[in-house]
Amino acid sequence: MSSLSRDEVAKLAALARIEMSEAELVSLSSQFGSILDAVARVQELNLEGVKATSHPQPLENIFREDVVQPSLTPDQALSGAPAQEDQRFRVPQILGEAE
Amino acid sequence: MIKNTAAQMSAALEKGETTSVELTKLHLDRIAAIDPQVKAFLHVDGDNALKQAAAVDADRASGKKLGPLAGIPLALKDVLAQEGVPTTAGSKILQGWKPPYDSTVVAKLKAAGVVILGKTNMDEFAMGSSTENSGYGPTFNPWDLTRTPGGSSGGSAAAVSAFEAPLAIGSDTGGSIRQPAALTGIVGVRPTYGAVSRYGLIAYSSSLDQVGPFGRTVLDTAMLHEVIAGHDPKDATSINAAVPAVVAAAKLGDVKGLKIGVIKQLQGDGYQSGVLARFNESLDILASLGAKIVQVDCPSFEYALAAYYLIAPSECSSNLARFDAMRYGLRTGDSDGASAESVMNATREAGFGREVKRRIILGTYALSSGYYDAYYGSAQKIRTLIIEDYKKAFTQADVLVSPTSPITAFKIGEKSEDPMAMYLADVATIPVNLAGICGMSLPAGLAEEDNLPVGFQIMAPAMQDQRLYQVGAALEAALVSKWGGYLISNAPALGGAK
Repeated sequence: MSSLSRDEVAKLAALARIEMSEAELVSLSSQFGSILDAVARVQELNLEGVKATSHPQPLENIFREDVVQPSLTPDQALSGAPAQEDQRFRVPQILGEAE
Repeated sequence: MIKNTAAQMSAALEKGETTSVELTKLHLDRIAAIDPQVKAFLHVDGDNALKQAAAVDADRASGKKLGPLAGIPLALKDVLAQEGVPTTAGSKILQGWKPPYDSTVVAKLKAAGVVILGKTNMDEFAMGSSTENSGYGPTFNPWDLTRTPGGSSGGSAAAVSAFEAPLAIGSDTGGSIRQPAALTGIVGVRPTYGAVSRYGLIAYSSSLDQVGPFGRTVLDTAMLHEVIAGHDPKDATSINAAVPAVVAAAKLGDVKGLKIGVIKQLQGDGYQSGVLARFNESLDILASLGAKIVQVDCPSFEYALAAYYLIAPSECSSNLARFDAMRYGLRTGDSDGASAESVMNATREAGFGREVKRRIILGTYALSSGYYDAYYGSAQKIRTLIIEDYKKAFTQADVLVSPTSPITAFKIGEKSEDPMAMYLADVATIPVNLAGICGMSLPAGLAEEDNLPVGFQIMAPAMQDQRLYQVGAALEAALVSKWGGYLISNAPALGGAK
């Protein structure tokens, strides 16, 4: 039986930038056992020598000519911004957080 | 008129028996009358729809050459960006957002003169199988309002099933078009991966997501498929090849001499008896029409669900990082001195629902160092095995078939507290997504035990989408003549509506 403790869920939530409530951490931790048991079935087969598929198509780089094409205006690009200033996205403080 | 097929509406428009404005008004009236019960729509765009309809009518009057779906109303899943129209993906984190551009699918619909009635409800970011995970409340199944319409494209499926729109657009990452089509008694197709542009589709799991059509008949669905498919330079995974001739195939509807493979692993335990009965009856019909039924073995399919619930959450944990409260969408906790990180943390907590958080956490776990090889790495290898199983099976048969969903429409609330039970709803649809091939669900009748619709799934190799329509149309013709009309024309009437 797999499991994920409340503290492990809290660590993952921090990595995923979600500030979870205590109730959510406990509830997610209790549900994870059965989900992890189910997905862990991928480990039942001997997969040695099997290639991994990350995508259903053979992906290759797609290039285009380096010419200017129509794009959003600054007003359009900023139209959904929670806050803006001088034709820029206004964001909360991002420097000096670690001090 | 609203109970007609899109093909019939198209003929009536062509002959001048009706106008697009009249058709659009009839559908808007129907939505006003019954959507308070069904809740298929998150946003009804009546004014714009009528403007679009009037423009098509004017073009027709001036003698302009129009496509077959010009003037036909459609319901659009709220996962596709439409310029100036609220687009939420069923999430509170995007409440009020109006995209500054059209997705390629929307641009193609507009160019074809299709009238977009509004945006339909869905599981948040397409994560779910019942539409109960919407941040705006569930959609109800028109066959029985105490049940779910399936998901995640439940709003689109319910709209077509309830005669609110003859056509709809959905997206299918693990079965999100085919499963709701099955549960509401309509036709739904997940085209080959790369056949329809994902530009402007809000991403859930990029290697699995694909946009596709819903209709009441195989032909209607094919007509919509041809409008939305085709190469798009804005989507680097879009296939640069001719669109398969799906409309011609739907008109042909012939299975004589075709080999139809029944996948052993997609039946038996866990499948409702009435679902299997209707499935076997459809097989008998296909055999009587001249198809050869063979059994095929796909042993890795047993692991498809496990692989999917690692790959999709892993991709989503990365894709949904874009909801960072900086450029669009919700921002909370932005008080003086609050750091960007604390604003992100608070916003994502407030804006995402339970299932979305669950999948982000699962994906973050599966991708974390120390677990990556055991989980995500193994899942990617299983994906290879599933592709190989399909390759082998398609050497034995032209198309493969199974029930679409192991069960008929379930009650609202029945599985919402048990994530694993909900995940099992996709057990028969997921292999198609992992392999990037195409699949259709069409109605096979009602299960005897509960009188609810059963879906028959057809699968074909990549870019052989026309085979789905050819086989589907043949089966549909036989079933419709047996029922005396297509399945939803016999659905129970919704209380208080004509």
